[in-house]
Amino acid sequence: MMHALSKMLWSCGLWCGVGAALAADLPVGDYQLRPRSIAPQTWVIEGAVADFHRSNGCNIINTAFIATDEGVWVINTGPSQLYGQQQRAAIERVSPRAVLGVANLNLHPDYFFGNQAWGDRPVYALGGTQAGMLAEGKAYADNMYRLCGDWMKGTESTPARQTLVPSRFVLGGHQLEWIRLQGHTADDLVLLDRTTRVLFAGGLVFADRVPTLPHARLTEWMASLRTLQQWVDEGLVQTVVPSHGPVHQGRYGVDQTMDWLSWLHERLSTSASQGLDLSEVLRLPIPSRFSGWAALNAEYARSVTYLYPRYETAQFSR
Amino acid sequence: MQWPTIQSRFMGKAPSTVTSDVIVKGPEFAEDAMNVPILIDARALARRAGPIERIVVVADRNPIQHILDFEPMRSWPVLAFRFRMEQSSPVRALVRTQDGRWHVGQTWVNAAGGGCTVPGASRADGSWSRTLNQVQARVFKNLLEGGTRLRLRIMHPMDTGLVGGIPAFYIEQLELRDSLEQPVWRLHLHEPVSENPLLTLELGEQLQGPWHLLGRDNNGNRIDERLPT
Repeated sequence: MMHALSKMLWSCGLWCGVGAALAADLPVGDYQLRPRSIAPQTWVIEGAVADFHRSNGCNIINTAFIATDEGVWVINTGPSQLYGQQQRAAIERVSPRAVLGVANLNLHPDYFFGNQAWGDRPVYALGGTQAGMLAEGKAYADNMYRLCGDWMKGTESTPARQTLVPSRFVLGGHQLEWIRLQGHTADDLVLLDRTTRVLFAGGLVFADRVPTLPHARLTEWMASLRTLQQWVDEGLVQTVVPSHGPVHQGRYGVDQTMDWLSWLHERLSTSASQGLDLSEVLRLPIPSRFSGWAALNAEYARSVTYLYPRYETAQFSR
Repeated sequence: MQWPTIQSRFMGKAPSTVTSDVIVKGPEFAEDAMNVPILIDARALARRAGPIERIVVVADRNPIQHILDFEPMRSWPVLAFRFRMEQSSPVRALVRTQDGRWHVGQTWVNAAGGGCTVPGASRADGSWSRTLNQVQARVFKNLLEGGTRLRLRIMHPMDTGLVGGIPAFYIEQLELRDSLEQPVWRLHLHEPVSENPLLTLELGEQLQGPWHLLGRDNNGNRIDERLPT
């Protein structure tokens, strides 16, 4: 009796803290990746609309692939080696064709930490993205292991080896175009499928989730979003696959992202010109129209911490 | 448990009480371990227990626990600043009123850490030497009712001495004087205060500028700056 009780307490000590909050926690080791078709020969594997957390395996990214008779292209490889392996297996269940290439749309960890599983395939990123992965990969790995624990087992930062030069190409009847934009990071790669009118928007677009801004340049990002708005308005883009948040039609995510960025810019400029300290800005209320968005408090704190010092410094020289 | 050591080190055998009249605000999580923003407000304590002699700010689990001492003198007992954190820790303001009693306000900040043991940006790229001890300042009115807020930025690498090959190099003393050259407040900074310290103080409504800032770092470099009003 005593033995059974102590055993129960022991196992609870290990597990209760990890998973008690969310009923739908994944068992560690299985991401349960299920490709969903969103257009002809086009699939996404959707991540949780949330922040990095052990209960979701730190899988908050949407990866995607276009699988045609001529071969397959894969977009983003997820947060860990394990994700990359399970992504590869999931894609092979959908299509027996060869994977011609894998692309990482920017330098953030969940865009490329699954690259280890694609070691025998060409993995592409923009030049600036490759340099960023090399420079920051190790720090990302430290952080991801801290946040995600066992999900990361065996993962090592493995930057893209091939440099992608933006261009148009045809794959199994799809007219595709790689385009370089910027603002979320210094090099934001997007893939436009002119045939299906699907845009793989990478980190430039967030839907129902607060954008992450550790490498953001707000004015450039807003300029890129105006370009995307134009593509939607002209009918070039119908379906948007953001890296974080649900796949959607039209300007929904682009407009949400623009709303957040312009609101944040305004908040930071006003606060700095009033003389508020960082501590005070962190505690200002956030308008209710953002209250349903995932990761609201965490991303607000993160963004203000990294961006506000520049606004504060600028008001000294006025 | 570092708390008993901190008590005897900074407050000796004097009794202390924990009070909500000393507000210490930090972030829940230190997103940037090299710039953790802390705001201290002991006005409620001053109203209840009389004038404040000094405020000692410490982080229990930092390799250098002592962050700064603040003597509010004729300004308000309000101070905002940033510091470097090595790991998650309590952050405490130990406040001594003029009657000799100690009052403690505190908060807890979680951190991935490492902020004390990596060089700051201006040390890493060598640019610190071109701007050393340059002062920027600006005054804002009425952020707190009746307040005169002084925001101050002093260019200094504030090396902790915990990065290999870089000895401790930091601003030790700052004093603000009013138009009559009378001291308004004094600060004694220590190694954990962030690079290029950005300080926010409240000067109240009575005192008059133009303000005069005096100070020095631990290498004897002086700060002597007339601030714009």
